[in-house]
Amino acid sequence: MEAAMGLMRRVPPKHSETALSALLSLLPQHSSDLLSQVDQPLQVLCDVDSGKEFILCEYNRDADSYRSPWSNKYHPPLDDGPYPSAELRKLEIEANDIFAIYCDHLNDQTMDRYYEGGISSVYIWEDENEGFVACFLIKKDGAKTAHGKRGCLQEGSWDAIHVIEVGPVEDETARYCLTSSVMLSLTTNNDSSGTFNLSGSIRRQMNMELSVAEGHLCNMGKMIEEMESKLRNSLDQVYFGKTKEMVCTLRPPSEIIEMRLPDS
Amino acid sequence: MSDEEETASQLTDKQKMEIAKWFLLNSPAGEIQYVARDIRAVLKNERVYRAAVAEAFPLYNKAHMICLEFPDRSGEVIVSSFSEIDKNEYLDPRTAQVARVDHVKQVCEDARPANDEELPSSYIEEYRCALDAEIIKYVSEAYPKGVCSVYCANGKDVEEPGSDFELVVLISAARHSPQNFCNGSWRSIWHMEFKDELQIVEVRGKLQVGAHYFEEGNVQLDAKHECKDSTIFQSPDDCAVSLTTIIRHHETEYLNSLQVSYSNLPDTTFKDLRRKLPVTRTLFPWHNTLQFSLTRDIQKNLGLESSK
Repeated sequence: MEAAMGLMRRVPPKHSETALSALLSLLPQHSSDLLSQVDQPLQVLCDVDSGKEFILCEYNRDADSYRSPWSNKYHPPLDDGPYPSAELRKLEIEANDIFAIYCDHLNDQTMDRYYEGGISSVYIWEDENEGFVACFLIKKDGAKTAHGKRGCLQEGSWDAIHVIEVGPVEDETARYCLTSSVMLSLTTNNDSSGTFNLSGSIRRQMNMELSVAEGHLCNMGKMIEEMESKLRNSLDQVYFGKTKEMVCTLRPPSEIIEMRLPDS
Repeated sequence: MSDEEETASQLTDKQKMEIAKWFLLNSPAGEIQYVARDIRAVLKNERVYRAAVAEAFPLYNKAHMICLEFPDRSGEVIVSSFSEIDKNEYLDPRTAQVARVDHVKQVCEDARPANDEELPSSYIEEYRCALDAEIIKYVSEAYPKGVCSVYCANGKDVEEPGSDFELVVLISAARHSPQNFCNGSWRSIWHMEFKDELQIVEVRGKLQVGAHYFEEGNVQLDAKHECKDSTIFQSPDDCAVSLTTIIRHHETEYLNSLQVSYSNLPDTTFKDLRRKLPVTRTLFPWHNTLQFSLTRDIQKNLGLESSK
């Protein structure tokens, strides 16, 4: 399993789906570990009742069916699939509504256009220790043929997975453990510079003890928003920055060479 | 689970080897040894592992144009399809030596002088050698750790003016710093077709740059570019100077365009995926989400809800 995760750290992120299915076929005895530890690009399905798209993941899957957060129905239909309790389903509906607005809020120029920027889904279920787990998913296709407003990307995707474990409420506070992953891929292509592809995935954790006075959704939302901007900044500044640094180490820009020439 | 185990047991050794090869060939620059170690642990089958390694390493080494030092430190040989004499033998035209290479260990085991049949005619060698000298100068200026070589790809037995021939320039620069979780490589392949009848030299370049940063994540750059140019067919020394000028020009331009691609990232490209802050430049009002349900109800009543 350790070696499998080692391989996933080195395989080009744009081929992570192929790599995962290869590992699943080599290590079927570890399939549940692999599926929970390896993040892969998110897939979507269309909810037949509402016509809205929803995101598929391990947390809304039962057998080969996926539960839509909009209609609460399994696609394709399933007789005995698990459902959240009435109380959690209420929170789930609210979370989906608010989260859809949050995604537009980040992606859109105007606040009054829903569901244009990206797709989001939230799934909530009970866990063993009297708390619950919530999974927030966001998928954005930024290619110029999809939702990319500026049209500068040949291909581009941002997939975010946030899983929050919420402990039982004690003394008006609860413990929140957030694990977030972002998978990103972007390609630009033009005659003068050829194809330029940057892709990657990173994962981070954050734990907080918070008062539940303003509600779970408010606390989870704030944590996710903070985490997303941290992840975006590290991708932008650290990860992309490091690959750029590497390019400049391999072949330093000419200004530097010209400056060095007089010395040599 | 039992179903899956059955399908797995149906994976033939051939399929397992193909999977192992795929992982090995997709290793980032300088990381195939680490990938080999992990794939060996995953396979738990030495026979399949050895077969995969034997097929994948030569392909990877040639594609990545790895550089190996001669045992007597007389120079370096670039492992590539242009220098390949047979599976384990690679020519270094500069020292007129043939290196015997162990692909899996990625070392040059020993070297022998090249035969006359393996080397170009003296007419071609004049062009090759002059270009090599200019390219060495350029590479030592432009690349802190670059290795280069010039081969004759076609017409090595041409002995006098009147026939076409082709030289290939390879430039390979790699940097491995696993302690900093970062590896990268720059590879250029330049085809120079000397057309005798037209008295021109046609130039085709293929540049490939890769970088991998993997501290608490896995981020990779994969950039490729192709370009074309031409110059007039002149004396060996004049050709060498003008061809090197062409290479310098295109590689500098390409580096600049990479820098531009990077500097465009935060402002334009990345914004199409996720904005840093909402247009309103404020955080999301999580504490007051009631307002949204209200506006939504109003829109619904007015029939304005977007219909996606």
